[in-house]
Amino acid sequence: MGELLIFGFIFYNMQQEPNQLVDHLFRTEAGKMTAVLTRLFGFKQHETAEDIVHDTIYQALKEWRFRVPENPTAWLYRVAKNKAIDYLRRENRMAEISSELKPLLKSEYTLPTVVNFYFNENEIADSQLRMMFAACHPAIPEEAQIALVLKTLCGFSVEEIARAFLSNKDSIEKRLYRAKEKIREANIQLDVPVGNDMQTRLETVLQCIYLLFNEGYNSSTADSVIRKDLCYEAIRLCLLLTENPNSNLPETNALLALMCYNASRFDARIDNDGLIVLLQDQDRTKWNKELIQKGQYYFNISSAGNHISTYHLEAAISSMHCMAASFAQTNWKAILGFYNLLTERKPSPVVLLNRAIALSFAESKQAAIAEIKKLGSLQNHYLYNAALGDLYFDIGKTDEAKVYYETALKQTHNPQEHELLNKKLALTSSKPNTGRP
Amino acid sequence: MAEFLLLFRHDDIRNANLSPEQMQAQMQKWVAWMGDIASRGKMLSSQPLERTGKVVRGTKKAITDGPFAEGKEVIGGYLLCKADTIEEAIAIAEGCPILEHDAGTVEVRPIGRM
Repeated sequence: MGELLIFGFIFYNMQQEPNQLVDHLFRTEAGKMTAVLTRLFGFKQHETAEDIVHDTIYQALKEWRFRVPENPTAWLYRVAKNKAIDYLRRENRMAEISSELKPLLKSEYTLPTVVNFYFNENEIADSQLRMMFAACHPAIPEEAQIALVLKTLCGFSVEEIARAFLSNKDSIEKRLYRAKEKIREANIQLDVPVGNDMQTRLETVLQCIYLLFNEGYNSSTADSVIRKDLCYEAIRLCLLLTENPNSNLPETNALLALMCYNASRFDARIDNDGLIVLLQDQDRTKWNKELIQKGQYYFNISSAGNHISTYHLEAAISSMHCMAASFAQTNWKAILGFYNLLTERKPSPVVLLNRAIALSFAESKQAAIAEIKKLGSLQNHYLYNAALGDLYFDIGKTDEAKVYYETALKQTHNPQEHELLNKKLALTSSKPNTGRP
Repeated sequence: MAEFLLLFRHDDIRNANLSPEQMQAQMQKWVAWMGDIASRGKMLSSQPLERTGKVVRGTKKAITDGPFAEGKEVIGGYLLCKADTIEEAIAIAEGCPILEHDAGTVEVRPIGRM
């Protein structure tokens, strides 16, 4: 799985070689079909929709082993439609159906036509958006939103979600259960909000996508395949939001730009031995240029309108890194300016820490040290102590640096981070100062 | 060049708990295996068999549902291929993903020469 994986979907194209299946076809189509069937049946019958989708994919597995059909997606939809129609025709099913489409599903004259209709491309996209807004409803806790999005829209199994969040099956199942209960209790509708509602509801949807992406991008513990998958899914969902005029707002494009910029560095951040490569040491030729271009494209679109979101600012910071020909040529003054704006809107300790690091390059190490020391709430976080270690090292105070690195070492259990900190620690006792890794 | 019929027994994918991604990975193994046989010009035909069916028996031509005594004995599909020797046909069979399961079998039968 190379970098193609991440942006393959941007040029998503079914016209591959015959008998070659698109990566993640089953997973992506499972998400789409679940969204459509849940819309047809109503959320109360969401599990029925999931069962039909599972049976469809299972049937595909059994038959496609011997011969992959010419149009795999059409095959899946045909089988799912037939299973749905069979299900709806069974006696006494209608009592369980809660969607607004119920009257049309009741009549044999309209049933096949309606089921067919909702499996066309536009309606599939619409169903996914409806599901996304329901799953990311503000009444549902954030971590449950993410689990529900991965389960219903991305075709992840409970085990796969648990792996991604280093959690266990039971607690993910509980999260999912509570989220679904909430949708049923609060009678959250499967619709795409309009007007002012869109602005507020979109906020939680974008936040969920942002967290999903960061989980994949920053988590240093889960394996790299699943982390990449999370980034991939976050970008895919955000792209879906840009394809609908109602949700294609500047902040949607800003978030998409941010994710494209960051994803462009995904592979360069880890070396062949799985160790972390710091920004200053990354081989910039390994940055994915097409993703950077995609980032530029969406960043340009995001500049429409007067509203500047935190995504705009983070995208701007990320773009400055992408544009710099080398670490030395990074425009730290501009980056610091964006961090200053970002801290006004989102004064979280991690943002402030990152701002201080930008400050250390834009102005002085001493000023940065003073800023970081104000962030008392981060004292027990290895990033806090590692950053202070770096700065003291840079100003030649290796004894202080050593203490901070040693503290940081006790605060992380991640082997890659340990390796990196140990390298830095070794340099504090080797003189002269040859620059830190 | 002789022809061989490979019969697959044991429903190796009955584990209904696989995720879509796992199912795709599973399927891709089969696609890769068959693609390899085809690319070497050895593939004649291959089809899955449904689990349901009828058995017509004896002089009375009695028809029963069937034929299946035990799940693992059910033929799930076949592949007809070309090979110079039974050894070569066995080598082809050895690559079959059904053998990732202990109960999976591939029966290799030379097509009778007329």
